[in-house]
Amino acid sequence: MTTEIDRQWTTRLRKTVVEKLPPEKLLPDTQPAYVASWIYVFGVTTLAALAIVIATGCVLAMKGPLWWHLSSTGHFVNSLHLWSVEIFFFAMVIHLWGKYFMAAWRGGRQLTWVTGVVLFLTSIGAGFTGYVSQTNYDSQWISTQAKDGINATGGGAFFNVLNLGQMLMWHIVLLPLAAVALTAVHVIYVRIKGVVPPFEEEK
Amino acid sequence: MGLTEFFGAVFNLDHVGKYIHWGFIQLSVSNAILIALMIVTFISALLLPFPGKRNRKEGK
Ligand code: HEM
Repeated sequence: MTTEIDRQWTTRLRKTVVEKLPPEKLLPDTQPAYVASWIYVFGVTTLAALAIVIATGCVLAMKGPLWWHLSSTGHFVNSLHLWSVEIFFFAMVIHLWGKYFMAAWRGGRQLTWVTGVVLFLTSIGAGFTGYVSQTNYDSQWISTQAKDGINATGGGAFFNVLNLGQMLMWHIVLLPLAAVALTAVHVIYVRIKGVVPPFEEEK
Repeated sequence: MGLTEFFGAVFNLDHVGKYIHWGFIQLSVSNAILIALMIVTFISALLLPFPGKRNRKEGK
């Protein structure tokens, strides 16, 4: 008999979560033998690079544009931010190629792939708004070039690349929030389903 | 000579960027090098042995 306690949403949510993702699945002790290959390293490399991008971005936000333009420590943290982004995209695209050629969406893993695709697009948006938020000649050049393309699509009515305030907010609030939330969902899906077996093992 | 001058001399970026034109495709030499490096890294990741693989028990 279901009691009133069983019907509470908190009880139901806890039971679903514990059933779908027990702690030993969330943080497993071992991985299948086929995971011992360099190609599986690129997801975590992307994750590590993202952590450094966010951390250095927080330092840049605390200190502001004058600091990153004029002081050598500011230049250094700005460079850490840029180069972690370079590593982030480098690793993410190799990760994507790897998952594409092993068809890692098999076995009910389609949402892992789809969150990955959305992450890829979100990251491009974050990179772009970062470039136009630099507050230098480079960002002026990029935004005045980009405005014509975006206006031609009609998107300029909602997303004005010449509006520095708007671009900065997208870059430091909306897109990072989306990227971090989607990454959490992406990795949790991998943990729920376990790493996809190679084609030979599947048969 | 400081590090900045050293790298500045090796990688002189003080000129107009170099581009590859291939039909309607246009990309900078730096991006082409980066894409080549990514392909090399991808192939190496598939071919290079993963450390500690031998010591693992089957299925673990
Ligand atoms: C912010 C960017 C991303 C991060 C931090 C990230 C992170 C990860 C991590 C840590 C894993 C598990 C380890 C591994 O197999 O490498 C993983 C798996 C996976 N990723 Fe990503 N990823 C990102 C972007 C993408 C993109 C762009 C795609 C493809 C469009 C993608 C598709 C997948 C798939 C299909 C798996 C599951 C593999 C399996 O179940 O065996 N990811 N990701």
